[in-house]
Amino acid sequence: MVTIKVVHYINQFYAGIGGEEKADHRPEVREGVVGPGMAFQKTFGEEAEIKATVICGDTYFNENLETATSEVIAMIEKYSPDVVICGPAFNAGRYGVASGAVAKAVHEKLGVPVVSGMYPENPGVDIYKKYAYIIETANSAVGMRKAVQPMAKLVIKLARGEQVGSPEDEGYISRGIRQNYFAAERGSKRAVNMLINKLKDVDYTTEYPMPVFDRVSPSAAIKDITKAKVAVLSSGGPVPKGNPDHIESSSASKYGKYSLQGIDDLNPENSETAHGGYDPVYANEDLDRVLPVDVLKEMEKAGEIGSLYEYWYATVGNGTSVANAKKFAAEIAGELKSSGVDAVILTST
Amino acid sequence: MRLEVGNIMIKDVQFGAKTEVNNGILFVNKEELAQITGDDDHISSVEVFLAKPGEQTRIIPVKDVIEPRVKVSGNGGVFPGFISNVDMVGEGRTNVLKGAAVVTTGRIVGFQEGIIDMSGPGAEYTPFSKTMNVVVKVDPIEGLHQHEHERVVRLAGFRAAEYLGQAGKNIEADSVQVFETKPLLEQVNEYPNLPKVAYVYMLITQGLLHDTFVYGVDAKHILPTIIYPTEMMDGAVVSGNCVSACDKNTTYSHQNNPIIHDLYAGHGKDFNFIGCVITNENVTLSDKERSSNMTAKLVEFMGADGVIISEEGFGNPDADLVMNCSKIEKKGIKTVLVTSEYAGRDGASQSLADSSEYGDAVISVGNANEIITLPPMKTVIGYPEVADIIAGGFDGSLGEDGSITAELQVIIGATNELGFGCLTARES
Amino acid sequence: MCTIVPISLTVGANRIVPAVAIPHPLGDPSLSREEEKKMRRKLVEKALNALQTEVDGQTVFDK
Repeated sequence: MVTIKVVHYINQFYAGIGGEEKADHRPEVREGVVGPGMAFQKTFGEEAEIKATVICGDTYFNENLETATSEVIAMIEKYSPDVVICGPAFNAGRYGVASGAVAKAVHEKLGVPVVSGMYPENPGVDIYKKYAYIIETANSAVGMRKAVQPMAKLVIKLARGEQVGSPEDEGYISRGIRQNYFAAERGSKRAVNMLINKLKDVDYTTEYPMPVFDRVSPSAAIKDITKAKVAVLSSGGPVPKGNPDHIESSSASKYGKYSLQGIDDLNPENSETAHGGYDPVYANEDLDRVLPVDVLKEMEKAGEIGSLYEYWYATVGNGTSVANAKKFAAEIAGELKSSGVDAVILTST
Repeated sequence: MRLEVGNIMIKDVQFGAKTEVNNGILFVNKEELAQITGDDDHISSVEVFLAKPGEQTRIIPVKDVIEPRVKVSGNGGVFPGFISNVDMVGEGRTNVLKGAAVVTTGRIVGFQEGIIDMSGPGAEYTPFSKTMNVVVKVDPIEGLHQHEHERVVRLAGFRAAEYLGQAGKNIEADSVQVFETKPLLEQVNEYPNLPKVAYVYMLITQGLLHDTFVYGVDAKHILPTIIYPTEMMDGAVVSGNCVSACDKNTTYSHQNNPIIHDLYAGHGKDFNFIGCVITNENVTLSDKERSSNMTAKLVEFMGADGVIISEEGFGNPDADLVMNCSKIEKKGIKTVLVTSEYAGRDGASQSLADSSEYGDAVISVGNANEIITLPPMKTVIGYPEVADIIAGGFDGSLGEDGSITAELQVIIGATNELGFGCLTARES
Repeated sequence: MCTIVPISLTVGANRIVPAVAIPHPLGDPSLSREEEKKMRRKLVEKALNALQTEVDGQTVFDK
């Protein structure tokens, strides 16, 4: 059997370099195990080997987040590990954040799975739980022995590409990630069973707790719209004829930015919808029904609005994840702001 | 209403001189089937193929799947309002060619058509990799409007299924199931000590490739109504080939609604299954409000203690789901919801577009955004190039070797919201 | 500008102008082209009015 290659990230304290006074210790790498790595190695036996341990002071890491992350990643990458272990950090806040940041970078840049361990209130949990399997630990190093077993078990599973069980079964903090699997019974049967329990007031567990969405505070009102630069955006998929950016009909991974120059009216010759979630016939006949360009252009000419921003932005809202939508919105908002746009009309289908 | 369903188990399908069932084998006269399927001036060509479980065959783009059934006795015929007169169905005896299915394919109408793989990883996600499929590839004449194109192919599929179903009319069934729901007051009195359970059956009704029909009428024009569960089994509700393939309730799904089957299984033991309310998912807010008001009222009127509500589709229909749920719960009636999830390819986003504190009992049929790679197949029936544009596909979905990398969305029935399959999702 | 106002409320929009229907939020194919455009203009005017109105939380401009 091929031995699984592991790299371990720890802080200066667990490396035995020192406490707070040594927290500015710069990243260094040592071959083999250091500190808590010994307990992991003992548990792995022959199955896995900690090839190297990367050590960094917590203060240095947190005060130089970007440089520290890239230094640490470069060190880890050299050993091409199958899995990376960070910590466990217990309830040490800066150590938790550093471990999380390393986990995120390993996940994103190296595509390697990460196992960590933290106390649920460690601030590193909330920020980085998406990027690592974080085993729930006690709030101090007293819990080391208990943390090592489940962490080591996950390391092996991940390296072998085995299916990881539920947070309850494996002891990790839910990453907030929805993962498909095949249940023992079909959905209709599970629905009937859940209803029987609900009717009897017997405990049941919903398979999907209802979602919660962000709130933002409203912007101030526009004082005088006849002086304002207005932009128009849509999630209804209005694109130039032929969908030049190939925006997906569902689950869009991108948005488009299109010039309104020379367009006073949207029509079947110059535009269409890329959206796959509604009957497209009406939009394709007259796309002003989704993006009111004809009216806005008239209003611009008549001075009813200051001006119409010369581009429109469009994506497809159909089945598109909130994460993608947020990313598009941040980029679009940035461009609109730097282009001096005062107000936005956003249409949705 | 009392319906006997006679299941004739079909273990193979072959072309033959005469369309008939012989020793569990469905023989199909190819020419006759093509001629009946294509009996419409708007159709330019019909081709017939067979696709069996385990074969290296892909069907794309799939529009609808239909189970061949035939009325042996009792009122009316299958697909009332389309193939048969608008008689009430759901009573008497219906024979089913169990294990066989008609699959319609042809040039793409819109984005919402899907894929069936008969083997490989994709086959695990669709119930139609396990059926003996008679595939009719129907192409319309040039210049047909999209709405017409959809209608023409939909009706062609029903004609094909009805034609094949006839072969089961005088065949002795391998097993007979009896389903019965009595008139409401009688049904309530039959099990006075059991909680009364109803089923709220949401039908997507949003225009092209998003419609559902009830006794021939476009369901966007109905007010929610009470129907006997057995009416469904004779084809009272048929698909207009709605929404993304994964969420689509094909006509086959309506004929074999697993929620209805599992409710009948617990009927008289755990609860008293008193009937179904069908409702729609329309495109204006006032329609959504009106339909959910009416649905809640009907459920209350029936005296239900609890309901299962199944959604069809995602996005704006999440609003219908949430309205139905909260309005019914506010009447003190307990709800369980069945829905698919759109949590993003990484599973990290909110799965629904709307939310309600009342939705505390949800069955998830899986995250439709998850990516899957379907290996190349030896045989492809249809038009593989549409893989890039159907809902769930993207630029480059179709690989040079014929493989397809896309979201589960593209697979017919992958996240069927009637709970047809075992797929689900959990926090991880 | 959206048709299904409850979704906009759920997801946190602040200035919401109800629109006509999902496949044609700013149009109505049952009207003549002229009438339809008039209606679209009214809806856009409503949106501009919403932009010029101070709000302290989620507000639906349905008047």
